[in-house]
Amino acid sequence: MPTFADNGDGGCARKILLKAIAKALHMTHSNADDYLRMYRQMVRIRTFEDNANQLYLSAKMPGLTHMYSGEEAVAVGICEALKTSDKITSTHRGHGHCVAKGADFKEMFCELLGKEEGYCRGKGGSMHIADQSNGNLGANAIVGGSMGIATGAAFSAKLLGKDDVAVCFFGDGATAQGLMYEVMNMAALWKLPVIYACENNGYSEYTRTDEIAAGSITARAEAFGIEAFQVDGQDVLAVNDLSQKLVERCRKGEGPFFIELMTYRYHGHHVGDINREYYRSKSEEKDWRENRDPITRFRAWLVEEGIASEEEIEAMNAAIKADASEAVEYALNAKYPDASEVDMHVFTDVEHALA
Amino acid sequence: MRNITLSQAVNEALAEEMRRDSSVFIIGEDVAEAGTPFKVLSGLVEEFGTARVVDTPIAEPGFMGLAVGAAMTGARPVVDLMFGDFIFLIMDQLCNQAAKTHYMSGGKLNVPLVLRTNLGATRRSAAQHSQSLHALVAHIPGLKVALPSSAYEAKGLMKTAIRDNNPVVIFEDKLMYNDKATVPEEEFLIPFGEANIKREGEDITLIATSSMVQVCEKAADILAAEGISAEVIDPRTIVPLDEETLLRSAKKTSRVIVVDEGHQNFGITGEIAGRINEKAFYHLDAPVVRMGAMDVPVPFSPALEDITVPTPEAVAEKARLLMSGEMIHAA
Ligand SMILES: Cc1ncc(C[n+]2csc(CCOP(=O)(O)OP(=O)(O)O)c2C)c(N)n1
Ligand SMILES: [Mg+2]
Repeated sequence: MPTFADNGDGGCARKILLKAIAKALHMTHSNADDYLRMYRQMVRIRTFEDNANQLYLSAKMPGLTHMYSGEEAVAVGICEALKTSDKITSTHRGHGHCVAKGADFKEMFCELLGKEEGYCRGKGGSMHIADQSNGNLGANAIVGGSMGIATGAAFSAKLLGKDDVAVCFFGDGATAQGLMYEVMNMAALWKLPVIYACENNGYSEYTRTDEIAAGSITARAEAFGIEAFQVDGQDVLAVNDLSQKLVERCRKGEGPFFIELMTYRYHGHHVGDINREYYRSKSEEKDWRENRDPITRFRAWLVEEGIASEEEIEAMNAAIKADASEAVEYALNAKYPDASEVDMHVFTDVEHALA
Repeated sequence: MRNITLSQAVNEALAEEMRRDSSVFIIGEDVAEAGTPFKVLSGLVEEFGTARVVDTPIAEPGFMGLAVGAAMTGARPVVDLMFGDFIFLIMDQLCNQAAKTHYMSGGKLNVPLVLRTNLGATRRSAAQHSQSLHALVAHIPGLKVALPSSAYEAKGLMKTAIRDNNPVVIFEDKLMYNDKATVPEEEFLIPFGEANIKREGEDITLIATSSMVQVCEKAADILAAEGISAEVIDPRTIVPLDEETLLRSAKKTSRVIVVDEGHQNFGITGEIAGRINEKAFYHLDAPVVRMGAMDVPVPFSPALEDITVPTPEAVAEKARLLMSGEMIHAA
């Protein structure tokens, strides 16, 4: 397999060619349902985030949260290539991964508000949301903290003879963590079914990626003999195509793989990061929103290909909005965990750790 | 006299020391233009430049190790660790390297390094951004540990830390960055190992660190209204610890509660209670009581998080029990 590392014009031309081939392949698919599901999942993520942001702005949500808006094609393109028992590990910017892997709005909003019916009974919150039922091993508030976990999930799949694949989501900033290099080395040595998915949104917190990452990110994986790819993270079909192939190859024992997905976050680093012109210009943000939005792009494609009409799409959007509003209402009125839960779940075999 | 925030106090201390000594530099994530997420370092890069206010990749063990090496070779790093919880990532560099170098080299190598970080829960930041982990480092010989309880202490202790030739870890309470206190305009330093008697009292001693000093002052107000006179003491540094002042107070009042935001089990409160038991036992009218953060990971839900940290009411309630003469066992 070639690597799509962005190393000059050659790489670019190859990318365009591969995209054309990918597109040709789609034409022959009759997977309208798959496409519509991908669209729907992307809109669900965007809608979830819009509501979460509103909850923050109206002071109804405790703490801060990190918006995934703008990066939807990454989570959806990858997760749509996975089955329920495949595992993912997520990040502080994790709502998108959670939704894409199959989570429900109600339990997610309940978790964000610290309510008992949340996925983690209110104990985790936005930065630790996990959804065991869909193979989401959890968001992580330690940058790079899940790299070992994803690699371990791949290790256990191999050990236990399952064909499950693990996907490790992390940001460009997390590539600075030493742990990544330790586990990539082992994953490569032991041919583990893990895909390292680097969501390169150009920034880690308030710093541009080129100021904190030397050399090429994909070349670092290649140094371990791991096949690495760079893909347009705003193009859900390109992401999904590549993911389908790599997941299949992982299942055949050809892993691990590394993908660098070029993407962008629309909001600040977190919801409270409002005045950010000192590190990122408004015109840059505008350009990504207006010209490279994954949802707008995919929607246009769906209409162009005759897969859905504008009306059908509007109806779908409206249904998702209604769904989200209902879930938010539900979560706002849901109850907090009882105080007696505070010392539960410290150990598996002790009901109340402090009793 | 003027009032400034804890954040401004830290900023001033760093600026003054950086002006005084060109070997002092700051290193950490988003410390330069961003001035840290808490904006504590705003303006420093403008004055001292990016060579001395150094933004790093998100590589805590890496920049911590680099700082240890720089400290061994003539520089005086102030390492900025964004959240106290990330101390787990740098434990080897801090505890196996920085803490032991002077000793292992038979006194020939020094590591004059300051690690600035924070502690404190109830910010709705969940289990990996809310811990108070100072006991972990206080356990390691070779590390000094300072716990400022207001802007005044934050400034005076920071300046002392930077001039100290040993590795010093300073934990600021992240909920107190915007709290103001009176801080002199003229230069001052607060020596390590000198406790501060925040409030004199006769009936019971409340020994409190960092965030818990405010809590105990409020508890003392509650108790005063009921006719119980509480003495509040802030050790300010736990390594070195001003045992003498603590013991003097314990002997005077005969009843002691130690309050700290670290986990109660195997923590600072137990250490201080142990020393008082050993050295003032025959002066005590009740067991020394420990009050720390609940021994559970910090939960996200406000409904749970708020009950994990000692409150003024809870401290006052314990004090009443001690005063009533009931032999209690601290829960
Ligand atoms: C070990 C660690 N260091 C620092 C932080 C603070 N922090 C949270 S998110 C973040 C930036 C992460 O950037 P990136 O990996 O690119 O993810 P993005 O936020 O862009 O999605 C930082 C520095 C942290 N949570 N954990
Ligand atoms: Mg990033």
